[in-house]
Amino acid sequence: MNYIEFLLWVRGPAFQIAIAVFVFGISLRLLEILLLGRSPEYAAPRGSAVRGGFRTLLTRTMSEESIFRRAPLLIIAGYVFHLGLFIVILLLVPHILVFKDLLGFSWSGLPTPIIDAVAVITLLALFILLIYRIKHPVLRFLSTSQDYFAWLITFLPLLTGYMAYHHMINPYPVILGLHILSVEILMVFFPFTKLMHAFTLVMARWYNGANAGHKGVQA
Amino acid sequence: MSKYPTIGESLRHQGISRRDFLKFCTAVASILALPAAMIPKIAEALESTPRQSAIWLSFQECTGCTESLTRSHAPTLEGLIFDLISLDYHHTLQAAAGTAAESAREAAMQGNKGNYLVIVDGSIPLGNPGYSTIAGISNVDMLKEVVAGAKAVVAVGTCAAYGGIPHAAPNPTGAVSVDSLITDKPIINIPGCPPIPLVIAGVVAHFVTFGQLPNLDSLKRPHSFFGQTIHDRCYRRPFYDKGLFAETFDDEGAKQGWCLYKLGCKGPVTYNACATTKWNDGVSFPIESGHGCLGCSEPNFWDAGGFYKPLSVPINGVIKATTGYALAAGAAVGAASGALNRLKRSQARQNHETVTITDLERNQK
Ligand code: SF4
Ligand code: SF4
Repeated sequence: MNYIEFLLWVRGPAFQIAIAVFVFGISLRLLEILLLGRSPEYAAPRGSAVRGGFRTLLTRTMSEESIFRRAPLLIIAGYVFHLGLFIVILLLVPHILVFKDLLGFSWSGLPTPIIDAVAVITLLALFILLIYRIKHPVLRFLSTSQDYFAWLITFLPLLTGYMAYHHMINPYPVILGLHILSVEILMVFFPFTKLMHAFTLVMARWYNGANAGHKGVQA
Repeated sequence: MSKYPTIGESLRHQGISRRDFLKFCTAVASILALPAAMIPKIAEALESTPRQSAIWLSFQECTGCTESLTRSHAPTLEGLIFDLISLDYHHTLQAAAGTAAESAREAAMQGNKGNYLVIVDGSIPLGNPGYSTIAGISNVDMLKEVVAGAKAVVAVGTCAAYGGIPHAAPNPTGAVSVDSLITDKPIINIPGCPPIPLVIAGVVAHFVTFGQLPNLDSLKRPHSFFGQTIHDRCYRRPFYDKGLFAETFDDEGAKQGWCLYKLGCKGPVTYNACATTKWNDGVSFPIESGHGCLGCSEPNFWDAGGFYKPLSVPINGVIKATTGYALAAGAAVGAASGALNRLKRSQARQNHETVTITDLERNQK
């Protein structure tokens, strides 16, 4: 297999496998969770479930001040890397073209040098988070191998994308192919690791909040 | 040695002066990107080197490669090639036909055994030898027979280099490249659809002056011409970097000369010299005329998902169907697993034994 065949393979059959596993996994896991259902609520409502749901959606997304003060770097790095990831994935023109091809609609992107800068910041933030995880005794104790794996498969697409943009490996199709492959690896494992939170976090937060709201708890 | 006159002699025979001969040598040095100090050495080499005997074999091809070479406006650098070689057989260009043509080939093969250059354009069908024959000889047989006595092989054009258009899925003739059949001779690929004539001339000039093929990359292409991508040298690159893209071929962006990435330009993954050597005597190259690069000097460019599909986009046309099936399959398995969970729960409820105070008291004793 020469490097062009490799590139055609990752753009063709490999992508097809990756998107099949990704969509299969997401639909399987979402349905599994939704079908668990909720146990009937016998108690009389003491507050609004809807308001509770919204409130928790908001409060769990913002950091609590006391917690922030205890580990500001950790929380800032967390925000930065999530935001950076969104910008890089959704606002780089070649990425938008992929979404356009798959979804049928598109939006405008940012100039590549800006995305490049964001990618560097995001990589740094991810790196800080990894070091924090290894250095902090409690966090290290709580970390499983899946946590490191999830970190790695998130980190690699960013790294290879950065390397591709800067032509750091020659011939260029090799690094471009590796970048696409790293995204495909991410897609395959996404539904079956904690990365799935991207799809469940809204409903999980809503569920907790609505429960608390119904009981009149100020959570 | 050879019955051929030296290159110097043959140029003099054409009435070319010493001064023009040195100009010719300067031209050779320039296409090989050699320093001016090398010119006397080249002159010395060409003065004493006989014109290189060359046999040109055309297999499954469209003659575009030969056209590319012969349409080069004389006198140009590209035209050099015809002064450097003695084209002993080329069934499109030679006057002789039939038996006379084939005996010219045989004579060249015998007279220059071990020394001649074989230039091939077109791919070789292995599906059925009858798909393409010359004088009743199948392409694969002729290739093997002629290459057996060759010094080196030049695969000209994407068909000879990688199989080309005939190799496109589903490859009905079983077309293959030259280097998949020939493994025991030095081979150089000069891909392109068509290849840049100057590059062909440059490779032959190198072979004649130095007696060997130039340095090659991993796809057996001469490094000096295929060392950079079209994108590396594209004059629209600043627009790419700024994120300014033409959306259609006639919008305002296209008129401003913005980057053609969104319109399917394959320049970023295409190694070729178009952006620097240009075409038609240096007039322009495709991107300069407003069309993206097709990637014609890379293997399988015809099966890369369409010329107007952006490079980053997945190739496969059945992705939508795949996604639909995957969604349905996921939902089905999810529903099954949900039903199973419910079953487990209701069974657990059924098997639930109520523990009374008396039970607990009994246990404590
Ligand atoms: S037109 Fe093609 S080769 Fe030129 S900068 Fe844009 S993508 Fe690169
Ligand atoms: S610009 Fe690209 S497609 Fe066009 S001739 Fe050059 S390499 Fe081939």
